[in-house]
Amino acid sequence: MHIVVCLKYVLDPEITPRYFQINPETNRPDHSDSDMVLDSFAENALELAIQLRDKTPGASVTALCLGDEDSEEVLRRALAFTANAAVRVWEEDWEELDGLPVGHILAQAIKTLGGAKLVLTGYQASDIEEGLVGPVMAEELGVPCVTRVSDLELVGDQIKASSEAEGGYTVVSVPSPAVLTIISAETNVPRLPKVKDIRLARSKKITLFERDDLHLDSERCQPGAKLVKAYISNREVNCEVLPGNDGAELAGELADRLVALKIL
Amino acid sequence: MSNILVFTHQQGESLTPGGREAVVFSSRLASSTGGEVRAVLLGSKSEQSAKEAIACGANIAYTVDKLLLAEYDVELYVNCLCHVFEQTDADTMIVSFDRMGKDLVGRLAARLNASAITEVVDFKTDCEKLTWIRPIYGDKAFGEYQTTRSKVVVGLRQKSQNVTKFTEHHGGEIIPLEYAATEEEMVIKLVVKIQAALSDVRLEDARIIVSGGRGLGGPEGFSELQTLASLLGGTVGASRAACDAGWVPANLQVGQTGAVVAPDLYIAVGISGASQHLAGITNAKTVVAINTDPESPIFKRANIGVVADCRTVIPALTEKLRKVLL
Ligand SMILES: Cc1cc2nc3c(=O)[nH]c(=O)nc-3n(C[C@H](O)[C@H](O)[C@H](O)COP(=O)(O)OP(=O)(O)OC[C@H]3O[C@@H](n4cnc5c(N)ncnc54)[C@H](O)[C@@H]3O)c2cc1C
Repeated sequence: MHIVVCLKYVLDPEITPRYFQINPETNRPDHSDSDMVLDSFAENALELAIQLRDKTPGASVTALCLGDEDSEEVLRRALAFTANAAVRVWEEDWEELDGLPVGHILAQAIKTLGGAKLVLTGYQASDIEEGLVGPVMAEELGVPCVTRVSDLELVGDQIKASSEAEGGYTVVSVPSPAVLTIISAETNVPRLPKVKDIRLARSKKITLFERDDLHLDSERCQPGAKLVKAYISNREVNCEVLPGNDGAELAGELADRLVALKIL
Repeated sequence: MSNILVFTHQQGESLTPGGREAVVFSSRLASSTGGEVRAVLLGSKSEQSAKEAIACGANIAYTVDKLLLAEYDVELYVNCLCHVFEQTDADTMIVSFDRMGKDLVGRLAARLNASAITEVVDFKTDCEKLTWIRPIYGDKAFGEYQTTRSKVVVGLRQKSQNVTKFTEHHGGEIIPLEYAATEEEMVIKLVVKIQAALSDVRLEDARIIVSGGRGLGGPEGFSELQTLASLLGGTVGASRAACDAGWVPANLQVGQTGAVVAPDLYIAVGISGASQHLAGITNAKTVVAINTDPESPIFKRANIGVVADCRTVIPALTEKLRKVLL
């Protein structure tokens, strides 16, 4: 069973707001002061992929990333998680792609790899947060898609997936091949890779696919939307900090304010 | 100008909150760009909801009356909505980016060869160009987008529109449409549905929310918050850190990837106020922050701040309010 997990290299979402700047020329965040990391939901997807592989005889995991050379970092991380293979897809002029072309290109890369029984991806990447790549890939591959999955299990030819639903969650059964988009949960907390595996990962091969290696539809490779302007959102409110530092006294003061607001 | 097709899902015999917001947004959009708003309702017994869609601003409400469509099924809905979109003269489809929208928007856009924009909160029409506005980077910034394809599917962020302000709009037409739905289209089978019976009030509907974060130090802190919330007739929420730590179930998470709420009062206890958390409370009216660190970003969003240890504040606050309120 071939499992493909799609990973994205993103600006660390936990960056202190103070250091978060947008370059007005490029409309993109200034990366100089900040770290780049593996997207957190993609890391949950990677963890689930590895868990499933380890439970399934003969299964293998390929980590797939659309990104420039720097993003090999996330593929090395996947290899340190013991992924079986790593593939990077890139072309110089792919800087400005949104979820639609990314979904198309990744789907073509998966076809070039001979297909997959299961494709996992983060529910949304923590930079642009579109939540499009999974569903678009499913459409491109002509397979079903379950979004916001927290856990999964293989039952014969079917995948049993727990996914978040309105006011609770559902367990669904979906035929493979399928695309699942993953959210964080207790069952998919990313492991800490072993030092030995981190070292081994450094020397493993990363395959590169370029435009000519894939059967791409040039129209579907065009972005569907363009970011024309970006700016920091300033929703600051003037906060009235109640004076004092005695918790009990402050509580009394706060209670009076709340009652005065007439909300209670 | 072009017409807008808006997917208005119904719950029982009325529109879902997301569906209602989507029509109100579409009618705002149509008044700027021209064209008509056409709502589409799937399922059965949609007469009442169709009237509601018209009251919210739709010029036409298409109903696809089919028992198979009464329960949401992603494949079936994608097939049916594409069919309706192609039959009607529209080039924009608006879908609430709620739990269902998250399944639908990417699929619809890829199938229709349309552009897709998700988490949209607003639009503007400068220089004849339509620009979509949405938060990016964990709500630390806004991005303005223009589309490149002739059609577009838009996912509207929940709780981003003020639905109370819509002016009742009359005169609309209900038009039934046919779609030959079959069971074979339904490939994903529901095994079990688990309803979280954790609190009496849904976070999204709550008027008062007392939310806890990592600063509570453990699950015990949450039972104190529960006491306070019950006293106030509200409910308990949490930050992702508290959910990830297993102190409370994941469905209590408030934020960009949790519940988007709009209570009259939001009390954030031991929550730092990361942008992803604040994304869930953009429309909260009054925010109170209780935190030991005066530098925590939550104080930039809060209206009232208490810099103190929550372990001393919460019991005293509950005590005091009990005396005043009971
Ligand atoms: C893709 C992505 C999506 C995310 N989505 C969400 C989301 O939907 N919702 C969400 O909440 N987060 C989300 N996050 C996580 C977010 O970035 C923060 O990590 C998280 O909100 C922090 O939770 P916290 O404020 O409880 O914890 P911390 O950041 O650890 O803050 C704890 C706070 O408690 C205070 N404190 C400590 N002790 C006390 C005490 N005794 N009394 C009072 N105060 C005290 C501290 O001063 C501090 O401010 C997301 C992150 C990513 C990457």
